[in-house]
Amino acid sequence: MSIYYLDLFSALGINVLLALSVYCPMVTGQLSIGNAGFMAIGAYMSAMLTVHLHMALFPALIAGGMVAGFIGLLVGFPALRLKGLFLAMATLGFGEIVRNFFMNFLEPLTGGAYGFRGIGSDPISVFWIWGWVVFFLIFLHFLSRSRLGLAMLATHDDETVSELMGINIVRLKIGAFGLGAFIAGVAGGLFAHYYLYIEPEFFNVWRSIYMVLFVIMGGMLTFWGGFMGAAFFTLLPEFTRVLHDWRGAFFGLVIIVLMIIRPSGILTREMFRWDYWRPSLKEAKP
Amino acid sequence: MSVTPILRLTDVDKNFGGLTAVDRLNIQVFPGQICGLIGPNGAGKTTVFNLITGVYPCEGGEIFLGDHEITSSKPHRITRMGVARTFQTIRLFPNLTTWEHLLIAQNFLSRGGNGKRLLPDRQREKELKDEAQEILSLLDLWGDRQRKAVTLPYGSQRKVEIARALATRPQLLLLDEPAAGMNTRETEDLLHFIAKIHTQKQNMAILVIDHDMDFVMKICEYIFVLNFGIKITEGTPEDIQQDEKVKEAYLGKEE
Repeated sequence: MSIYYLDLFSALGINVLLALSVYCPMVTGQLSIGNAGFMAIGAYMSAMLTVHLHMALFPALIAGGMVAGFIGLLVGFPALRLKGLFLAMATLGFGEIVRNFFMNFLEPLTGGAYGFRGIGSDPISVFWIWGWVVFFLIFLHFLSRSRLGLAMLATHDDETVSELMGINIVRLKIGAFGLGAFIAGVAGGLFAHYYLYIEPEFFNVWRSIYMVLFVIMGGMLTFWGGFMGAAFFTLLPEFTRVLHDWRGAFFGLVIIVLMIIRPSGILTREMFRWDYWRPSLKEAKP
Repeated sequence: MSVTPILRLTDVDKNFGGLTAVDRLNIQVFPGQICGLIGPNGAGKTTVFNLITGVYPCEGGEIFLGDHEITSSKPHRITRMGVARTFQTIRLFPNLTTWEHLLIAQNFLSRGGNGKRLLPDRQREKELKDEAQEILSLLDLWGDRQRKAVTLPYGSQRKVEIARALATRPQLLLLDEPAAGMNTRETEDLLHFIAKIHTQKQNMAILVIDHDMDFVMKICEYIFVLNFGIKITEGTPEDIQQDEKVKEAYLGKEE
């Protein structure tokens, strides 16, 4: 595989993980525009561990994910009191706090605004990234088939009624927020060890917004939607290079058109039903 | 009666701002009973349901479920202890099928009753799925199990709400205007289903709110009448029909 495709494939894998990290809170009805913050925590944490403490990559990734996930649980508590756009604004604020923290503090360890250089000598293999992607996809597959996964969707639909069905929505929502933060943290660690250089600007609001875009465009009620959205919006700019200067504008146009023709995203839950693609069978059923 | 009531409200109070919604309310419902809670618009009937299920906190008084006090418990705990309800305006999950509504209602049962188990156990899963199938068959919803519940006809949506409530294995079922918006035939059907549920689950108590006097008089053994948050009277349907205070509350005072 040429370097170009290798790079594209790696970026794709990381974007899929980031999309999944937004999907987890989103499927319980929580919109987070601060996941770049969790990604930054995972990236800086794991890079500090491998560079300064010479830790092996795998435990460093896990540690980065755990720290991000733990902070995600903490952020999850105040997030319970906020809904929709208000929660989005609050998480955006959180992301900015994290970015500014790494900009101004820990400079001897992380290089601050100058960037964190020399994270290992060779980029990790693309299999590292896709190994994690496959792991999380399998995990989410089983989660979404379980009653717990259904409970998450129910919480998304109607919190009061979910509570009255015996679901502990506080635990569920905080857990979903923490899980999303963990995935973002792992993605950050992989990002740092693939590009071997990170700086706070990599984790700005735009990155958070793109993650949300992947999920909303791909379809927010199934984790395959996040996968699809990430794939679509990572590959689209690459395959539209012929448009030259119009590429960016075309990208925007695609978003508008998609929102009009598929307002609930490219993929919906029904598509994964056994009879969705065979309407004739559906009719025949009693 | 020496039997412990399944539901006991003692001097329960609730205010919204300066407005008294429920004032020193006392109610007792016994296992296996079907009771009615009636009263004119704005009498505080739904507020009583919200107090029992923990959606609103009580401002005074006590609520007991059997021997357990549930006055200040969280809604999900109260449900786990055996209270289930339906809603005045249908509140189904827009993205879920009928079958999934039941799976959700059984979520805490599948995880050890208190939601503690993380992974379900196979034997219990099977039991619960059989039970869900039984409930759907009982309510004639089995054929609609794979359809999104919100796409079903109105009468069926009401039944999905009841099925979902039954799936939590309640000791006390609260029905909030189950016949609202139904035509005569649908109401007849509903009566028939409630009777069926009642014979199948002997120990479960049912408390029904409804405006339809005929409906309430037909199914309830005992009725509480509320007006402006105060219980004005209680008794058997015959007593209630004769009661001057009830007529006054509904129709106004004769000058």
